Amino acid sequence: MPNYRIHKTEYIDETKRISFKFDGKTYFGYEGDTLASALLANGIHLVGRSFKYHRPRGIVSCGAEEPNAICQIGSKKDLTEPNVRATELELYEGLQASSQNCWPNVKFDIGGINNFISPLIPAGFYYKTFMWPKSFWKKVYEPLIRLSAGLGKSPTEPDPDIYDHKYVHYDVLVIGGGVSGIIAAKMAAKNNLKTLLVDDKKILGGSTIYQNNESIKIDDKLSSEWLKIEIQEIKKLSNLTIKTRTSIAAYHGYNFLLAKENLTDHLPEEKKKNKIRQRLWKIRAKKVVIATGSIERPLVFNNNDRPGILLSNSINKYLDYYGVTCGENIILFTNNDSAYETSISLHKKGIMNTIVDIRKSASSELIKQAESLGIKIYFNHVVTNTFGYRKINSLEIMKLSEDGNTTVGNKIRLSCDCLGMSGGWTPMVHMHTQSGGKLDFRDEDQVFLPRENSEDQISVGSCNGDFDLENIIDKTVNKINKFLDIDNQDYQDTNIISSKENDKRNIWLLPNKIPLGKTKCFIDFQNDSTAKDIKLALKEGFRSIEHVKRYTTTGMATDQGKLSNMHALGIIADTAGVKMGTLGTTTFRPPFTPLTFGTLVGRNVGKFFEVVRKTSMHEWHVENNAEFENVGQWKRPWYYAKNGENMHDAVQRESKAARDSAGILDASTLGKIDIQGTDASEFLNRVYTNAWSKLAIGKCRYGLMLNEDGMVYDDGVTTRISENHYLMTTTTGGAANVLSKLEDYLQTEWPELDVYLTSVTDHYSTASICGPNSKKILNKLFPNLDLSDENFPHMSFKEDKLENINCRIMRISFTGELSYEINIESKYGHSLWKKCIEAGKEFNLTPYGTETMHLLRAEKGFIIVGQDTDGTMTPSDLQMDWIVSKKKYDFIGKRSLYRSDTIREDRKQLVGLLTDDPKEILEEGAQIVSNVKSKPIDMLGHVTSSYFSPNLNKSIALAVVRNGKTMKGQKLIIPMENKNINVTVSDTIFLDKENKRLNA
Amino acid sequence: MFLINCPFCGERDQSEFSSGGEAHIVRPKQPTELSDDEWAEYLFMRKNIKGIQFERWNHVHGCRKWFNVVRDTSNDKILSVYKMGEKPPVNYK
Ligand SMILES: [Zn+2]
Repeated sequence: MPNYRIHKTEYIDETKRISFKFDGKTYFGYEGDTLASALLANGIHLVGRSFKYHRPRGIVSCGAEEPNAICQIGSKKDLTEPNVRATELELYEGLQASSQNCWPNVKFDIGGINNFISPLIPAGFYYKTFMWPKSFWKKVYEPLIRLSAGLGKSPTEPDPDIYDHKYVHYDVLVIGGGVSGIIAAKMAAKNNLKTLLVDDKKILGGSTIYQNNESIKIDDKLSSEWLKIEIQEIKKLSNLTIKTRTSIAAYHGYNFLLAKENLTDHLPEEKKKNKIRQRLWKIRAKKVVIATGSIERPLVFNNNDRPGILLSNSINKYLDYYGVTCGENIILFTNNDSAYETSISLHKKGIMNTIVDIRKSASSELIKQAESLGIKIYFNHVVTNTFGYRKINSLEIMKLSEDGNTTVGNKIRLSCDCLGMSGGWTPMVHMHTQSGGKLDFRDEDQVFLPRENSEDQISVGSCNGDFDLENIIDKTVNKINKFLDIDNQDYQDTNIISSKENDKRNIWLLPNKIPLGKTKCFIDFQNDSTAKDIKLALKEGFRSIEHVKRYTTTGMATDQGKLSNMHALGIIADTAGVKMGTLGTTTFRPPFTPLTFGTLVGRNVGKFFEVVRKTSMHEWHVENNAEFENVGQWKRPWYYAKNGENMHDAVQRESKAARDSAGILDASTLGKIDIQGTDASEFLNRVYTNAWSKLAIGKCRYGLMLNEDGMVYDDGVTTRISENHYLMTTTTGGAANVLSKLEDYLQTEWPELDVYLTSVTDHYSTASICGPNSKKILNKLFPNLDLSDENFPHMSFKEDKLENINCRIMRISFTGELSYEINIESKYGHSLWKKCIEAGKEFNLTPYGTETMHLLRAEKGFIIVGQDTDGTMTPSDLQMDWIVSKKKYDFIGKRSLYRSDTIREDRKQLVGLLTDDPKEILEEGAQIVSNVKSKPIDMLGHVTSSYFSPNLNKSIALAVVRNGKTMKGQKLIIPMENKNINVTVSDTIFLDKENKRLNA
Repeated sequence: MFLINCPFCGERDQSEFSSGGEAHIVRPKQPTELSDDEWAEYLFMRKNIKGIQFERWNHVHGCRKWFNVVRDTSNDKILSVYKMGEKPPVNYK
């Protein structure tokens, strides 16, 4: 096996050998490697296939910007993960990785045929081609695209890993641990500011940490040596927290940032167990220093995507940090000085290399150094083509014309096994723009730079467009002193010698003799879009950068165009003849690098997914086979499946028992609001449609609450406990909103009212007993209470004790039966329930759930707000005009009840429906029509509630129908998929119209 | 995510609050005297300002108090907070 690890470095521990699998084959690397560096050490460049043309692709970079080396890791159903960048994945024992975008395998790939038919796959190809015939989409196109697109596989079983969230506050957050980040963090922390420094890498230091060029020195030391001392120093600072392997995902307003910390991704599998895998840090910082550095740009020329073509600085990092050379005969193709650093490093390690520079000449320290070492430099030359299928083996260069628009002279063929490209540097302005910052364009080196616009954040270092070390350090120190309003002198005497770049030349799309249509000049490697695609989009009339991006898909892959966006912009600007600065950029959206769902969700999984509210009787329901229904956050018994009954049978049994003898319902979840104050009656007058002033103490009243637009909002029974004290009940789901709304009116519209609202929903538990035998059961529970109709009539309230515990008993009914609601402090709820059940045994007291409750009230035509109403129903629409006071001058929603729209006669109105076949049960939500022949069919309304009533032995339904009030007795049709159901409009009350049962 | 300075509790995370739309819209004292159009003006019409906006917020997961906020919607900066019933600061218009 070839070995490209050519020297030892302090970052690779050669005593710790690690075996790992890539595409099923076993390889070895060392602790300190990333998957990418280990693969390169084994001579492997080819790691995947391109998305559209399935061209062989190799590792391009050494960081988050990597477009090609995207892997699927792990092989288990619950622990596999797609879209992992090999350049960021730290190697661990037992790692299993495979190339993601290739089928059936990386070396032989059916999709590779796309490469040869690529003239047929222009920009917008997917939009243009797979449009018709429509029937082909599901069966032919989609499976084909999916099979060959290779977007990775998601796990098929739940994620077993643990994720965590943490909320922290800092005076200063520094993003990025390179030279400028370290200086900023040190200055802040030494000035007594609580500081957090985060960096996405395993160690601090950025790209300077492996810098070893003699022409760049700080205080007479190599810059890397100087930086290591600085790092040692900041680690001692007590109010500085350093988080490595931590990347900022999002920068929101008010300096609220999200960071992802990787805690176990670098550990072997057995050591990951039971540990938190990733932690999401929610950071509030008073001030934020952005020191995120810059990313090297590729160059756009024909066949610039072959395996073995990398970014020049990445070649340098693989060499000096990982000890790995990317080739033995390397050509560096550049438009700036930084490739010379790589060249000199390679030369020092004895790696043959040649430089091709598009500049006519250059004269900095670095260039002199390269020249004196005898490195061959082709100035004013351009790479016009590359060769080699699975890896580059040679290339062609030509001389540039004076204006740089074309090539001149003869082709020169150079052999090589690796090509490094450097198109300059792009400052990472993502954080700045995410925070709302704007950008300015610097023509000199064609970069977008942060425009300083805030007192709360600042960019320093190369993300601010400062590229040479002297400039970086001086400007960082000055800016941080000003930004934090401090006077730090630590760097006053620091002596920096660095090489200054004097010569600049940039050509976004490098010239070629071959017509563009016949070249493959890639801009976005991951999404396979080329310079030709951009030009085609412009030709087809696209102008906005946002449109070109979407049409060509440039910059829309998982790397979000970190390497491609600038070139796309440059080519658009050049082609359209506009200045790049005026073109603007596409939007930089979070996350900076993809986040896992696990990190976002944290611990809110499984039973912690949402808050669950249980009543104090809950355990009894569980023990008695209740099936539960979620109502808001509450778990409510839906029905009790006795002896393995299904839902229908259980509901029929429960409903029958409640009317024949007695039923009991856990009504604890109803919202309860305690209302006190001398103006409580006046307040109720204003919030309900009916009158409250005359309600006697000890009496209950049903109320309907509207929105200001006149639509029904909530309903419930309110009891007058004493002169200035009421207890209001609301629907279970509406409780919080009703309280909020009432508070709003009280605080903002009627602050003069002396009223206090307190939510007491959780303070009381409620057992509701109904049915002809309920009085007998109550009598057993409260033997001293006079239950006669004279003393305790319907819609009244009494207090009594159950074994010394106070109870509030309301005689109110939602079923139409004689009915009592017993309220007790919640801690006694469970025992109250058990006592009721015990007392009711001889009367077949049957616990019933929400489904039976809904059925019983539907038999009586009582509405459920939110089921029979949907925010468009007035009291009149519900045929409840009786509850709207004509005398009251005002209440919430009153004025809206006679707007031109609310008094329309043909509004949808609540009616009853009876099916012609009494066994036929309608579907809730089904449409209602009068005629199925004329098309389009006129929709009259829909079914809102539907049940089979065991007490009436027939199907009943409530519905809203246009003009329904006038339609009693009329035949209508419910068209279903396979049949039309005939129904007759009826009264909404199906049972006991005279309310005799209330006093049974 | 805003930091909102509740006039009763101090600076808290936005997640503790709920927004209540435009401020200083007074419910008419005599709704019955209003025409449909006048009532609709109160009921439905709200400004959608780019720039300085006066709005209501409720510290719903805190003290439950409603209060007013002056916010520049173009950059989300909160310029001032004041209690219900207090006059809006005059230096913003
Ligand atoms: Zn508060």
